[in-house]
Amino acid sequence: MKLVEIENLTVDYEGILALDKVNFSIDSKDFLGIIGPNGAGKTTLFNCMLGLLNNYKGEIRFFGTNIRKSKQYLHQIGYVPQKPVFEKNFPATISEVIGMGLTKNSKSDKIDEVLQKVWLHELSHRRIGDLSGGQQQRVFIAKALVNDPQILILDEPVTGIDSQSKELFYQILRDLNQKENITIIWSSHDLDAVAKLATKVACLNRTLFFHGISEEFFHNEDLLKLYSESSMQMHMQHHDD
Amino acid sequence: MVFEILSYGFIHRALISGIAIALMCSVVGLFLVLRRYSLFGDALAHAAFGGIAAGLFLGIYPIWVAFAVSISSALGLTKIRQKFQISGDATVAILLSSGLAMGVVLISLAGGFTVDIFSFLFGSILLVSLENTILILGLAGSILIVILLLYRQLVYTTFNEEQAKVSGIQVEKLNYLLVAIAGITVVSSMQLVGILLISSLIVIPNVTAMMFGRGFKQTAILSMFFAVFSVVTGILSSYSFSIAPGGMIVLISIAIFVVSLGIKSAGLIKNKTIVLSTRAT
Repeated sequence: MKLVEIENLTVDYEGILALDKVNFSIDSKDFLGIIGPNGAGKTTLFNCMLGLLNNYKGEIRFFGTNIRKSKQYLHQIGYVPQKPVFEKNFPATISEVIGMGLTKNSKSDKIDEVLQKVWLHELSHRRIGDLSGGQQQRVFIAKALVNDPQILILDEPVTGIDSQSKELFYQILRDLNQKENITIIWSSHDLDAVAKLATKVACLNRTLFFHGISEEFFHNEDLLKLYSESSMQMHMQHHDD
Repeated sequence: MVFEILSYGFIHRALISGIAIALMCSVVGLFLVLRRYSLFGDALAHAAFGGIAAGLFLGIYPIWVAFAVSISSALGLTKIRQKFQISGDATVAILLSSGLAMGVVLISLAGGFTVDIFSFLFGSILLVSLENTILILGLAGSILIVILLLYRQLVYTTFNEEQAKVSGIQVEKLNYLLVAIAGITVVSSMQLVGILLISSLIVIPNVTAMMFGRGFKQTAILSMFFAVFSVVTGILSSYSFSIAPGGMIVLISIAIFVVSLGIKSAGLIKNKTIVLSTRAT
């Protein structure tokens, strides 16, 4: 069974198409890199998948069930946003932030377990606002993992993070996918990182240009050319707007 | 002297209801302050003033009308903010002035009231009746239990609404519940510090606690401690020196805030000195 199926997904913001008849599916244990320029519809796609945006046409199924019918699938998903917005002086320790994601059935030692996975167990009593951007993103990965999700969704998670933290972050993602068999859906601008990590690639620019095996995309000069032309076109369009 | 004061029944009632209000204001206030709703309590208090005047004008027990006006204003304001995307500070300003305007118009229409309107404006905790003490205790207890039951969801929604939604929390319903609780808290607290000083009890202990608390629970406990300390010392000293208790309570909480600022700055200077001397060696 496919974990995620997206059929004819169309989002229309008052006459402007953000997504146009997008179709693809995701198998268990996939590491899917979603690439596309700014304004390509990556965040809109995630918002639809996470139930944050409901005025779309088409159908999204998680674990075989239409997400309009049940929100139960959300308990099987961990989500790491682009840059989590929170009050800088918010008085919460790392343990408390991770604990926010805990469900009633979770074990109490789960927080320490997920902190070890992201190599932050020694900082559990620090305030979240005192950490660097890279460390904060690792906390949000730990929070996303606290209920043992089958799928991890990450929306450009390394934006504004230094290169050393990025490498550590990518190592964690690789381990989660390969050692813990967590399916990863990850949007990124970093084509090199996607080429190294992702097993599959979806190339989005309002419509889906390509969806398939990572090597197929990165070894196909025509596809890469098409992608860069489309990105450039989008870039110019943003400037004109 | 203190033992003599503590032997009076009205002081017992004032202290019991004051402590209940302090606990309620500090806990509810922490959520409001972190959501940048610090002035929301002030706006609700002004709306409640309109309710008090309407109650007196219509001959209905004013506190009940104040409850109705304050809760419906809180819910209405939240709905307007969501539907029309008006900024939070603008909606607070609208509510604040409309409540006060309604009160002033009703008072002038009635040609003034025989009831001392100043007791609602500045509080009269030393005059609190046994019935009102029981009502305050009941409301504070209920609110604290609701917050305890929904603690994780409330903290998560306050931290990041989008992530809370993705984890399956019904954020909109929770927001309505929180503002309704804020409305009840404000009206219950009017007898302690009065309409004009309520927001200080909601904001100051929390801002002070946030300077020291590392985690959410620690901050909430510190805030409750600061609020209760201000209320108890405020009530006792106001009786001893014949000063208005509302103003005294707020001044004590401000004094704690100022002292905390001093301690915090001294700590920062000390840390910087340690860092500099370490670098020098």
